[in-house]
Amino acid sequence: MTSASQEALAGLPVARRRLRSLSRQRRWALWGSYAALAVFVVMFLVPPFHMLVTSFKTSGEISEQKVSPWFVAHPTLSNYVELLHDAHFLGFFYNSAKVTVCVVGLSMAISIFAAFGLARMRFFGSGVLATGVFLTYLIPDSLLFIPFFQIIGKLGLINNAWGMVIVYPTLAVPFCTWIMIGYFASIPKELDEAALIDGASWLQILFRVFIPVAMPGIIAATIFAFTVSWGQFIYPLAYLYSSDQMVLTVGIISDLIRADVFQWGKIMAGSLMAAAPPVLIYAFLMDYYVAGLTAGATKG
Amino acid sequence: MYPVARPRVGRARKFLRRRSTVAFLMCLPLILLIGLLVVYPTIYAIYLAMLNKRMTRFVGLSNFTFLLSRSTFHLVIFQSCLFAISAVIAKALIGFVLAHLMHNIPNKRQRILRGLLLIPWVVPLALSTLGWWWLFDPSYSAFNWLLGGIGLGPIPWLGSTGWARFCMILVNTWYGSPFFMIMYLAALKSVPEQLFEAAAIDGAGTWQKLRYVTLPMMRNVISITVLFSLIVTFADFTIVRILTAGGPQDTTHIFATYAFEVGIQSGDVPMGATVSLFMLPILAVASFFILRGVARRSREMDA
Repeated sequence: MTSASQEALAGLPVARRRLRSLSRQRRWALWGSYAALAVFVVMFLVPPFHMLVTSFKTSGEISEQKVSPWFVAHPTLSNYVELLHDAHFLGFFYNSAKVTVCVVGLSMAISIFAAFGLARMRFFGSGVLATGVFLTYLIPDSLLFIPFFQIIGKLGLINNAWGMVIVYPTLAVPFCTWIMIGYFASIPKELDEAALIDGASWLQILFRVFIPVAMPGIIAATIFAFTVSWGQFIYPLAYLYSSDQMVLTVGIISDLIRADVFQWGKIMAGSLMAAAPPVLIYAFLMDYYVAGLTAGATKG
Repeated sequence: MYPVARPRVGRARKFLRRRSTVAFLMCLPLILLIGLLVVYPTIYAIYLAMLNKRMTRFVGLSNFTFLLSRSTFHLVIFQSCLFAISAVIAKALIGFVLAHLMHNIPNKRQRILRGLLLIPWVVPLALSTLGWWWLFDPSYSAFNWLLGGIGLGPIPWLGSTGWARFCMILVNTWYGSPFFMIMYLAALKSVPEQLFEAAAIDGAGTWQKLRYVTLPMMRNVISITVLFSLIVTFADFTIVRILTAGGPQDTTHIFATYAFEVGIQSGDVPMGATVSLFMLPILAVASFFILRGVARRSREMDA
């Protein structure tokens, strides 16, 4: 600060001077926050960035170690092109999509009906059920995978991608129901009373009133169900072992690592392509995504 | 005319039209799902844990006592607690700092930064952990390349027990901090601005505002988020499985990975079930506190 402006400042009444120093403090806090957040963003994005850099390299360039691992000298798309012509990799994609679409549809149907029942009507044991939904959410997949191994084995669904459609809903349904109860409960009662007086049935009320009004909640829950089933790891790792049945999360590891030969460029390219669907959904529907994230804990 | 016209069919239809019947039918798929796919498997796991290895004989609690006498399993318990507690503390602190930094800047600029900071949470964990695994690679580690640039020797990231533990906690912190940030930011936004102004007029400094306004207002969200995260981190499988698979020499196993190795890979299903059931007590305690917190909050909201 120059001496001229200091003199000008000295001429000001004390209150205004304090105000100005306060605003200067604010500005410093603002720029400090920007700087600190920028540092965090850089740190958080290191692994994805390094994956991206590696995915553009040939195996030769990776093992030569002439250029820095953080840069790429001769970028090539060959890893991506080869994977997109690889029948196994496309099969993983197809299996992931198949399982995820079925699980999302099933989970949303179950949780929308149940949430409607729990949010609007009472029946014997409905309070217990609401608590039960919450408790189920707290039983992790890493506890259930061993009994499921036996159960799926008895059903003859070991190494069958359809078996995943049976076990995945345990991950998505409790949380989706929980979110939907919150959204449905926030719809004013007058709305369904008016519809009842007009002679609408419960199903009509659900489809004509509740689902349209609670659309943001349904989108948030659908995104959650999608993300969870797309990224699930322990179930497919435990129950699927042949390439034609595997989903992306386990397929990339087991198919691209053969006898200690790590095709790192391909592994990274495959991982990035596998991560693309959830990341794209997030990029376009970020607000719903965040709303779903916070709804689980704040609505309750 | 209407009630007289259909005497008997009406009764069945009336029963089906009753609110509670409709509600029960709507919840039936959920009840079946919880019963068949959560409650039954949990009880079945307890039953499995009481069988011998070939599942031919009932052996009572001897699987549990056997595990408790093994030093490998002591290490698993220690490692699970160390992993969960330190990762949750790190996530909670970083999330808290991030949320405050975010709260300082204007709303419209928050969007892009929030979008970038949430990426670790959005990428499926199994895939981003592969990226970390590559960063920790013994011969091509990009971190060691950077360290070499400033003259520090190569670090055996996943080769030594201590560093391997550090790496697991690091990856979990990287993955989970954005979630904490989002939760805390939502809570911070709900604190009325007047409270801070009133505190400022009373002469409170930054630290005092934090201590007497922010923390009490956020207490509920903090405790629920921490408990949730504790459960999820405690039951984590993906990170440890991909990074070390329990190595070196079974020193970095946590409950889930050890249960996987014993139950699925070595084929001792009852022992695997026993290992994973050791998670139940801590999950139950954490759930109890979460439920209490949620109940108290909804009471406050009703009041």
